[in-house]
Amino acid sequence: MLELKGLEKKYGRNYTAVKKMDLTIREGEFFSILGPSGCGKTTLLRMIGGFETPSQGQIIYDGKRIDPLPANQRQFNMVFQRYALFPHLSVWENLAFGLKMKKVPEIDLRTRVNEALLMVKMESFAHRGIATLSGGQQQRIALARALVNRPRVLLLDEPLSALDLKLRQQMQVELLSIQRRLKHTFIFVTHDQEEALTLSDRIAVMNGGNVEQVGTPQEIYEYPKTPFVAQFIGQVNTIEGEVKEARPDTILVSGAARRVLMVKPSRDGQRPLPVALPGTPVKILVRPEKLKVLKSAPGPEQNAIEGTLREVLYQGAVTQLFVMPRDGSAPLIVSQPNTAVTARRSFNLGDKVFVAWLPEDCLLMGREAALPVAENSVSIAPPLLTVVGPPPESSGAALA
Amino acid sequence: MLEPVEPSLRRPPLLALPAMGWFMWFLLIPLGFVVVYSLSTKGLYGGVVYHFTFENYQRATDWIYLRIFWSSVKLATLTAFSCLVIGYPMAYVMATASLRVRSALLVLVVIPFWTNFVVRAYAIKLLFGEAGPINEFALAFGLIHEPIVFANSDLSVWVGMVTNYLPFMVLPLYVALEKFDFSLLEAAKDLGAPGWKILLKVLIPMTKPGIITGTIFVFTPALGEFVIPDLLGGAKTMLMGNLITDQFVKTRDWPFGSALSMLMILVVTASLGVYLKISATENAPVDATTVED
Repeated sequence: MLELKGLEKKYGRNYTAVKKMDLTIREGEFFSILGPSGCGKTTLLRMIGGFETPSQGQIIYDGKRIDPLPANQRQFNMVFQRYALFPHLSVWENLAFGLKMKKVPEIDLRTRVNEALLMVKMESFAHRGIATLSGGQQQRIALARALVNRPRVLLLDEPLSALDLKLRQQMQVELLSIQRRLKHTFIFVTHDQEEALTLSDRIAVMNGGNVEQVGTPQEIYEYPKTPFVAQFIGQVNTIEGEVKEARPDTILVSGAARRVLMVKPSRDGQRPLPVALPGTPVKILVRPEKLKVLKSAPGPEQNAIEGTLREVLYQGAVTQLFVMPRDGSAPLIVSQPNTAVTARRSFNLGDKVFVAWLPEDCLLMGREAALPVAENSVSIAPPLLTVVGPPPESSGAALA
Repeated sequence: MLEPVEPSLRRPPLLALPAMGWFMWFLLIPLGFVVVYSLSTKGLYGGVVYHFTFENYQRATDWIYLRIFWSSVKLATLTAFSCLVIGYPMAYVMATASLRVRSALLVLVVIPFWTNFVVRAYAIKLLFGEAGPINEFALAFGLIHEPIVFANSDLSVWVGMVTNYLPFMVLPLYVALEKFDFSLLEAAKDLGAPGWKILLKVLIPMTKPGIITGTIFVFTPALGEFVIPDLLGGAKTMLMGNLITDQFVKTRDWPFGSALSMLMILVVTASLGVYLKISATENAPVDATTVED
């Protein structure tokens, strides 16, 4: 188990790359650190690897403090963003480098290097020079060079960002299968939300040096705790308004597109209703795939906004529809899977349509931060790992 | 691996003609003269008599002259090695500094070229003189009680040589280090290499072209150097440079001077050959044939 306690990194006096952070990463999990560039995710990874000295706080691995140790004395290995393979050595020697440093006997060394090459399917490239390899092949060798040392924790710094889409997807699958097989702890830094969702057991979403939320991909996507997380992961429609009435099981929001909209707790109870007094300015967040475009008004159990169809973008698996609400607020994006039924349902640009969704499928947030959640509200998943940080009232309450 | 070059590109273009002509007229043809002179006889009053003989070479390989050769090789080797040891960290600092610091340091390295090297050698002589600033300073602060005599010592020769040749080492090293991907150092560290291993296994092999170029740039001219040792060492030791100059200027024995010159070219070529051979075998870039199974 890797624990970060109050970890902080300052550059100079004014810039704090990573703000007082508490994080626990479990043994054997695929843990992603996701965030936009400049959010401090790489700095965090480099502190774990021993390439940056924390300004404050501790890094504890298996109950022992490791932050005073230099990188070459930690049992961690890193896959670097641009691979950092030794160009003056062959593939084989690159892999053997770490083992030689640890004075692994020759026989073991051979077996382990061969195993590692086999694992990344590069056994026929053992004697090639690094310069003769393609980007994808270099990526594999960089991975093998780290794995051959059997690191307790493998750190990956955006390792797939230099690859093209197809190769990246293929490598994602391989990375995942390797991790499942070896059961090493992987800490994976990425700015690509899809990649993080695909690969991770858990994700920490970072923004401006803080961790905004830690959770499983599903928790992060379905139950974002802050507006940032909701907007950074996937697409989301934002409808502004203010609380009109708060009932025990429904909050009514008015002002948005001249309609009263309902927000209910999610059906599985994982997302309880927040506490919101009437008059509070709020925004309703709803994912494009939760929306439907209808030709006539839906029943009263659904939220609906009337508008004009402005754009239809066919994207293969889905079609995206842009609907301009009647009151002129921001267009709503609707994403419809192109199933046999919907593919045939045709809309014309300029049609008067209704955008409808279930009150259980949307989120209510404050304009800037999350709204507090009531103490006694149902929270099924106990917070596995918590983010402390200078808590905006939200995260503190969310953990309660 | 070199791509096969288009045949038309293999022929020298017209623009290369001036340079080629230059080397032809001022290097190859004069060198031919030197070869011919070295195989001729000295005339009675200093001229060259074209009477074929190997005598000059026999004389040149005399024990006395070989010892002079040896002191030159020693001095050049010491200079090149010192410049490498001092210059490498310097180039490293330059390559890793911020852009502004970097250009400032580059200017500092180049500034000495703005003065003639004889003037610089004199400056060092004065600096280390009995009444020079260093002694004055040390005396004033009570570090020493009597002025130290640096003049005409091996130490002052060494200081003079290193001062003069350091830029020739630093610049190629800087070029090599500037291209170096410093994340490789982190990778080595990550794989458990201690500092000195990172230096030996990654940094030095990767910057070897710079080390080789710098060494050649320093060693070759240092081998023929005699002005600095004369000025700072008190003209105590004969070196190849002044030995050869004397043959042409003082004794007017052009054939013997030519033979010595030819031998010097041989010594330079041989030393560099040995050096390149050694540096090529260590940490040679590996190809398919060298390792494993």
